Amino acid sequence: MRKPRLATMWLDGCSGCHMSLLDVDEGLLTIAAKAELVYSPLVDAREYPHDVDVAIVEGAVSSDEDLEKIRLVRERTRILVALGDCAITTNVTGLRNPLPLKSIFDRVYIDGSDVEKVHPTEGLPTLLKHAIPLHDVVKVDLHVPGCPPSAPLILHVLTELLDGRMPDLRGRRFG
Amino acid sequence: MSQQISVRIDNELYTATEGRTILQVAADNGRSIPTLCYLEGLSAPGSCRLCLVEVAGVGRLLPACTTPARSGMSVTTNSDALAHNRLMALELLFIERNHVCSVCVSNGHCELQSMAQRLGMTHVHLPYNFPRLPVDVSHPRFVLDHNRCILCSRCVRVCDEIEGAQVWDISARGINSMLVAELDRPWGEAQSCTSCGKCVQVCPTGALVEKGQAVEEMTKRNRIVTDLAVKRGART
Ligand code: SF4
Ligand code: SF4
Ligand code: FES
Repeated sequence: MRKPRLATMWLDGCSGCHMSLLDVDEGLLTIAAKAELVYSPLVDAREYPHDVDVAIVEGAVSSDEDLEKIRLVRERTRILVALGDCAITTNVTGLRNPLPLKSIFDRVYIDGSDVEKVHPTEGLPTLLKHAIPLHDVVKVDLHVPGCPPSAPLILHVLTELLDGRMPDLRGRRFG
Repeated sequence: MSQQISVRIDNELYTATEGRTILQVAADNGRSIPTLCYLEGLSAPGSCRLCLVEVAGVGRLLPACTTPARSGMSVTTNSDALAHNRLMALELLFIERNHVCSVCVSNGHCELQSMAQRLGMTHVHLPYNFPRLPVDVSHPRFVLDHNRCILCSRCVRVCDEIEGAQVWDISARGINSMLVAELDRPWGEAQSCTSCGKCVQVCPTGALVEKGQAVEEMTKRNRIVTDLAVKRGART
């Protein structure tokens, strides 16, 4: 029997959820024994592969690039997990949402810059009007709460999923 | 002497004093119905709709906090339909304003947040509103953050009914509703405010807080404000 194929993705988040994943410490060996890591900021694969069994995704959907990525993940993955509060509620990445985009760009690239006071136009993904939760654009199979989710919770979720069980996370802290 | 009646709640028969609400009879018998706007010792506006229950023979759901128990009544406090309704009511509170718990002074001590936990909320299905709202820091000791306000009106009631100062009111209607001090002044300029802090203590969220609190630091003792009045028999 082949091992389940595991992927992790980092959209608009601070990488804290991935740090928490690394904090699983020796639990990483348990995960490594159960799964083949096929895509992640932690491995070299450039393109998101086909036929992924479990993907855990950190961060909100904030740009056209995020949108493209999450749609691809959904297309090629059996179980899509929203990892952490930014992926679930937008959380800190959504703090910008009440503000018009222009005022944010002015603040960063005009007021905040000593040279070349211009809005960047090339080589950067276009921001969406709002950062939005994953489930606003794709079907999400499991929401794992926390800012970041604790290492034991992540280990629990991954072990359950890789063993073919869907954990019930209702009644955990929300927000 | 007030009359004793018998009421059925979730198939258990209870004796109650006439005039008590369904919520009170349930609580007297160790049954807890989810509530947010209600606080013992204050009047009940019945506005958050979290406490809705089914009453046999009545075609619509009734708020337990404002509906008096009647003799022979049969009440259901838990069903799939009620659970769904409560989650919807709660989702509406979350999408209306900006609740960013991880940077909130009340994170971990918030009644809205713990209600989400109690009702098993894992995410909010409806799209968020993300309104642009002010934070009033004009009061020397307290902060009003409209982003966290769920318009439960506990502050309005405690200030009026216990402190007797009537600083707060809710202006406009529906989605435009805002908590206002006096006739829409910065709180720090409200002359009727005695700075007693009662509103801060009863506010269920991080909307009314003490200054100088960092994330997760603001703990409240909401019952301390009304307990004495209830014990004295001045309020129910
Ligand atoms: S008031 Fe409560 S629900 Fe709202 S952000 Fe603060 S902790 Fe979260
Ligand atoms: S400030 Fe607090 S107590 Fe007052 S209406 Fe808003 S949430 Fe309720
Ligand atoms: S607690 Fe009854 S309506 Fe809010």
